Amino acid sequence: MNQNSRGKLNQVFASIKTEAERRFQEMKGHNTQNIFIGMATCGLASGAMEVKAAFEQALLERKLNAHIIPVGCLGHCYAEPLVIVDKPGFPPILYHDVTPGKARLLVKAFLEEGDPVFEHVLGALEESDTIPSVLEFPRFNQEKKVVMANSGLIDPEDIYQYIQKGGYSALVKALTLEPEKIIKEIQESGLRGRGGAGFLTGIKWQLVRNAKEKDRIIICNADEGDPGAYMDRALLESNPHLLIEGIAIAAYAVGAETAIIYVRAEYPLAGKRMKNAIGQSRQIGLLGKGILGTDFDLDVAVFQGSGAFVCGEETALIESIQGKRGMPQPRPPYPSQRGLWGKPTVVNNVKSMASVPPIVGNGAQWYRGIGTEKSSGTAIFSVVGNIIHAGLVEIPMGVTLRTLIFEICGGIPNQKKFKAVQIGGPSGGCLPESSLDIPIDFDSLTEAGAMMGSGGMVVMDEDACMVDVARYFLDFTQKESCGKCTFCRIGTKHLLDILERIARGEGRNGDIELLENLSLDINGGSLCGLGKTAPNPVLTTVKYFRDEYEAHVREKRCPAMMCRALTAYYIDLDTCSRGCDACVGSCPTESIFTTKNRKKAIDQSSCVKCGECMSACPPEYDAVRKVSPPELAPKIERPEDG
Amino acid sequence: MDHKGEIEEKALLHDMASILTSFEKERSNLIPILQMIQEKYHYLSARALQIVAKHLEVSSCEVYGVATFYNQFRFYPPGKHQIRVCLGTACHVRRGDIILENFERKLEIKAGETTTNREFSIDRVACVGCCALAPVTTIDDTVHGHMAPSKVEGLILGFEIEKERRKRENQQGESKQ
Repeated sequence: MNQNSRGKLNQVFASIKTEAERRFQEMKGHNTQNIFIGMATCGLASGAMEVKAAFEQALLERKLNAHIIPVGCLGHCYAEPLVIVDKPGFPPILYHDVTPGKARLLVKAFLEEGDPVFEHVLGALEESDTIPSVLEFPRFNQEKKVVMANSGLIDPEDIYQYIQKGGYSALVKALTLEPEKIIKEIQESGLRGRGGAGFLTGIKWQLVRNAKEKDRIIICNADEGDPGAYMDRALLESNPHLLIEGIAIAAYAVGAETAIIYVRAEYPLAGKRMKNAIGQSRQIGLLGKGILGTDFDLDVAVFQGSGAFVCGEETALIESIQGKRGMPQPRPPYPSQRGLWGKPTVVNNVKSMASVPPIVGNGAQWYRGIGTEKSSGTAIFSVVGNIIHAGLVEIPMGVTLRTLIFEICGGIPNQKKFKAVQIGGPSGGCLPESSLDIPIDFDSLTEAGAMMGSGGMVVMDEDACMVDVARYFLDFTQKESCGKCTFCRIGTKHLLDILERIARGEGRNGDIELLENLSLDINGGSLCGLGKTAPNPVLTTVKYFRDEYEAHVREKRCPAMMCRALTAYYIDLDTCSRGCDACVGSCPTESIFTTKNRKKAIDQSSCVKCGECMSACPPEYDAVRKVSPPELAPKIERPEDG
Repeated sequence: MDHKGEIEEKALLHDMASILTSFEKERSNLIPILQMIQEKYHYLSARALQIVAKHLEVSSCEVYGVATFYNQFRFYPPGKHQIRVCLGTACHVRRGDIILENFERKLEIKAGETTTNREFSIDRVACVGCCALAPVTTIDDTVHGHMAPSKVEGLILGFEIEKERRKRENQQGESKQ
């Protein structure tokens, strides 16, 4: 790029920035008060809409002036709905679990009378003398936000808020560089694909750059299918422009003029916000023909998936965009050689793409400084299950699982013991307590039998049965197998059948060995990642929790009392009270009857073992017991008239 | 075909034509077309699939093959209230299967089916992305977090009461006229 066009580029962007700053001052200046409400899917599910209505109503009633700004997700799902109140004279304050009632209180007490209502404060977002900062909590101070830095702080439907925070300047910088220089920078940063396998992003780009065909395509894979992982959705809903900026840099670097974002069917809001963001970028000349006065053209489109887990695999995804059944294809040819419509194609995960602007903006060396030698940068995990501070956590690579689970996320609730953590969804594995000290990076996790995957992490306490967990994942992969390879199609079905019969108490001698052998065969005989990794949940649970499998097979007993065929509930007649019938009403199948001495008992023949009676029984009696094997429950016949 | 059926058929042909004109005859438009039809009719009827096949000039079994491959498409009309029970990992660990079972028992249908009065349909979904609220069920557009078997009963009862109330209001409205 010559001096002249570089000057023009900077000039065009400077005027956009001025506009962003003007709008920001308008919002921030003149003593205006701002209320930011987290309105991504998780916030909405917890009632953010009602909270917003309550704020609006209260402001109107009290004739107060304040901007209400809907923002995305901060990642603290355990505390949703989250609200940030920014009042002049105070640091921005974060409030947790805000209800419509709390919203009205905040308007009256804080906005009108200046009392920040300490009991509902989670913390201040900036250091101050008056209010303790959120940075005093491990959940905040041990995180390193690179990709999620602006999520939850800006309005995802307003491009200028992103630009005011420094957005799109990495693209401007990139447009002044030679494309090769950008690819080199990405290679030096050590960025590895965040979709699971961890292939070096820079090498992928170089392959497409080197292709003879000039017509090249960028695909951003947002087909986040792992049950229990939702960071891509959060990012799309919270900061769509970061992704667009990353895509634009990638397209410029490899020389592509077309980009497609493949959004999962189950994420309608993400797709909507993405389309809106693309429209805004196009309107001010950040996408489309002659971007920012240069000769670089790029069109970005959203393709909404239709619900097939296997489409997360890049070749299946490409088939799906072409209007076919989403079945994986043999590689080579790799998409970088012959991808969508036969053209060289880069397929990158959302998190990889979103890491690009910070890398280009701050330099490869800065990025290398985060994380470990072989896995640089940050990892985003959705930590869910039996965990106190569930939500999205972005940490530098190399933090141990123990630190993540027990320090950052607060450990296991209800004084229960930790049992296992499932990492990487259906392709990953379950790791026990003894593996908690391994650092989180691509290679260590793979070595332990799990994998980084897309970053789903489900923490399980002592009540989880490992046979049941393996059965759950096999049930999932068996349904989602596309049916192309015999070992995956039929093998996963057999694995599931064996696991089901073990869970029913019909396991046979040799079943555990059969599971192991079959798992290895499926791994060897499948074409794509889905089949190759489908046996991982079985292999890791057998490896680390073999005694639990043996208890199921030999003793017909489920140690965690989770497998319903192997457990029973009964009522302890010594503690049951004659005057109480709380359990009777709670039972969905009318299986609880009154015995001759007017105490309660459970009819085992119709009991569905849902556990409702156990939660209904008042704590002062605490009379419902759960046992395994079911024969341990005393048999009480239901009287003819009962 | 009876008279009513004929009218429906005509309306369908007319509607489909207007949907299809916005798409070029390209194979890569197949999935977006099917999505558009489902958005409008809430399911893909056999007749609609035939019309799409004709428009794109591919065989109807090809269209049917693609449509059945993806979980999102349904081939029977859903109920007025669509119940989606999440069985993602977090919901499973927190016993989402018991929630599903309670819905199935209460409505006397299985997942993937619609009640005979077309009031309710039940589906199992893989993850709605609200894992911190597990177990989760969405009914129509509302997400219900921290589900329990006793809540199932309450939710269904709520819809039934609402239906009764509407019926009464309608009757009152009619008798006034």
